[in-house]
Amino acid sequence: MKYLVSLVIGMLFGATLFAAGMFYNPFAERQTVSPLAMSDDEHLDFNYTAVPGETILYTDNGESIISTHPDRVAELWEPAIVDTRIAVNLLTDSRGKAMGLGIKFSTDSEQTRLISSQALVDSVWHIYLPGRGTLQVHQVENFWSYLREVVVPARWSSGDSWKGSFFRIMTQGPNALGTGRVTGGTGNFSGMSAEAVESLTAQAYSAIDGPVSMHGSMTITLPARVSEDD
Amino acid sequence: MLKTFYFGIALGLLGAFALTYSVPAVDLHREPSLISVRQNGGNSETYRIDLPRDRILIGLAGVDNALPAGLDWPAEELFGDLQTEMFKIRDRNGVVIGVASRLASASEATGPFIEWTVHLPARGTVYLQMEVAPSAEGHRNGRLMAGTGGFEKLSGTVIEQFITEFEDEDLNIDARIELITAFVGQLDDEE
Repeated sequence: MKYLVSLVIGMLFGATLFAAGMFYNPFAERQTVSPLAMSDDEHLDFNYTAVPGETILYTDNGESIISTHPDRVAELWEPAIVDTRIAVNLLTDSRGKAMGLGIKFSTDSEQTRLISSQALVDSVWHIYLPGRGTLQVHQVENFWSYLREVVVPARWSSGDSWKGSFFRIMTQGPNALGTGRVTGGTGNFSGMSAEAVESLTAQAYSAIDGPVSMHGSMTITLPARVSEDD
Repeated sequence: MLKTFYFGIALGLLGAFALTYSVPAVDLHREPSLISVRQNGGNSETYRIDLPRDRILIGLAGVDNALPAGLDWPAEELFGDLQTEMFKIRDRNGVVIGVASRLASASEATGPFIEWTVHLPARGTVYLQMEVAPSAEGHRNGRLMAGTGGFEKLSGTVIEQFITEFEDEDLNIDARIELITAFVGQLDDEE
């Protein structure tokens, strides 16, 4: 009997050891420098709030800790869209001036591999910038660092909250350099193909309500023709 | 007994590794794709939006019937007559398979436009651009601008049509939007 108890305790210890190793994986990528930082192309930059209650609209399956906004928006409860979230955001420049509208569709990715620190989300932005045109951005984002450094510490905290300084490049693909893919739609962006990188900055998170102080930023490279049109 | 404990640790490590490696963390629900093969190549698929039940958002400055209730839409000075709509998307059997956004503006400075982004989790996303003027048959023609996932290497066209008359009155649907796609795969370069 004592051998069986010893085996079970050993197995539990081993599984815990594995979970701890996976969580504290020192080889997990912590990207804080944009792959576009060295690009000579001109950039289009915008910011948006990542606090659902401050967006124009946010909805998900209604099961998460994050409240939908406004309260009576339709929830995405059907099986095919239950892992999808939609956020409609006002896009602002660095001085906080409104410059456009962005609709972000995000779905948990089946390419997620927790063993290699990959908590992936497939996301698509549908963007309208008045006086400039429309475009679409497709990205694969990795939320592993966000989960590890913000969400889990908030859960473990006795106050059910996290406060600090978090900044990460979230975009991990689908392009080879770890950038997102941009397709121009109308106006100055018509026919454009470009790259994009999205980052997330967080200062406060609640394990009860979700993001408290958080914003995202997007940088899109502009080919010379588009820069001149702008 | 200590050896048994060490053996247990090894077993626990291996078991946890095997479990994490083999069991997918995300397993998206898939509905069968209802695709018809076209006579001249490629395939066709019809996406349906039943109104009003599939509408998630109507955003238009200066109107009283914004949806959902409590929506705080940005002022007219910024977006002019931009009409932003979001919907749930159904297949031709009426099963929800995705979500979509439709942006339209008649007075945009760079030219009027109508665009769709149709996001089908587990399959991919399509970016569609429509002609602003309807055809003589009453529908709008458009084309695939870009696709992701299973739509990445496709090109093709799309028809947007608005239906208000139904044979079955019990459906409790006021209107229906149909997006009928005709996509074809691109030929790979010969080596």
